Amino acid sequence: MLTRERYRKAHPDSQPAYNYPPYASTHARAPREALIEIPQGITETTGPQFRQVQLGSSDSDLTTQAGGAAHGERIIVTGRVLDETGRPIPHMLIELWQANAAGRYRHPADQHAAPLDPNFIGAGRVRTDARGYYRFLTIRPGAYPWRNHPNAWRPAHLHFSLFGPCCLTRLVTQMYFPGDPLLAFDPIFNSIADVNARQRLVAEFAWEVTQPEFALGFRFDLVLRGPRETPSTPD
Amino acid sequence: MTLLRTPSQTIGPFSSIGFDWLNGSATVVADRSVELLTIEGRIHDGDGQPVTDAVLEFWQADSDGRYREGFTRIVANAEGRFQLLTPKPGSLVAVDGTHHAPHLLVMIFMRGLLKQLYTRLYFSDEALNTRDPVLNLVPSARRATLIARRSTSEPLTYNWNVILQGAHETVFFDP
Repeated sequence: MLTRERYRKAHPDSQPAYNYPPYASTHARAPREALIEIPQGITETTGPQFRQVQLGSSDSDLTTQAGGAAHGERIIVTGRVLDETGRPIPHMLIELWQANAAGRYRHPADQHAAPLDPNFIGAGRVRTDARGYYRFLTIRPGAYPWRNHPNAWRPAHLHFSLFGPCCLTRLVTQMYFPGDPLLAFDPIFNSIADVNARQRLVAEFAWEVTQPEFALGFRFDLVLRGPRETPSTPD
Repeated sequence: MTLLRTPSQTIGPFSSIGFDWLNGSATVVADRSVELLTIEGRIHDGDGQPVTDAVLEFWQADSDGRYREGFTRIVANAEGRFQLLTPKPGSLVAVDGTHHAPHLLVMIFMRGLLKQLYTRLYFSDEALNTRDPVLNLVPSARRATLIARRSTSEPLTYNWNVILQGAHETVFFDP
């Protein structure tokens, strides 16, 4: 067995800062003191694997979770989870949540005057396969207003939560749709300074995933924090 | 090969839709003979307001100091309060021979945080704290923010608050 791998630091422009004034809520919530760098010990380089969690087919099909067919445009979202060295992350739990086709979340704090869909809950779970691939069937979510600034609208997005091999690889992020005109105005998306890193958050439309007479396909690969050194004997 | 890492984005205000299925369901190995501690606290922002939509994820060793499944996800309530019931983690000896005091790793998520915060929780009645190599990287004046205080009134109960900004700002780590 290799000695415990040490994980890479992020390039500063490739991840958001805590304090990002265009996103108003960061103002009172971003820490003001500098973070303290600590060694990556066994606490940080281990993490939950959820091996005991059993998933069923309804966990990865958000279009029929509440009985009837959910309203909206069915989409297939699939992709691969890799680390920065290109190694796939197998058998890893992914959590997903999203608004419905009208841009409304099934949540008491969401007061947007768009209809709830009794047939849509908007929560999913899936595990990557042995080669790091995952696949969801869901509904394309709608854009919705928020109060960050006058006439602020969030671009349509899916929330992804990934664990990876350890606590250092934990990632919660959002997937956006290609060509969305709201992306240029969204402070959450634009909190990523590096334009190439930001594009990592935009799925690609994929003909080869699209199913005739059924659903459009989107490909969304995710790259988790990886070890500093590529192992000399890859498996 | 180096791939560009996927950037983090906020969990936003509606994460309970995706997170609730796992809330409070500690995956700490269920040894019924191990007594559970209660860790209670509040989370406040820089305006002194309770954070009512914070998600705290705890990762810890079992009582023998081994990492198996030791994950618990807790959500702050409408007063910004949270409560964790968990076995006390054991102390551990790292591969380099250093002794680590019992601790939990805490990852914190909320609307207004574009990426998670990492911190640690230690216990006030642990003699090993003075030798803990991570605690000793923290300026002594700020160390208390990482130490849960044993309650004098409630049995097996510790108090630990998270302060995001201000005079007693919690120490956050860049691991």
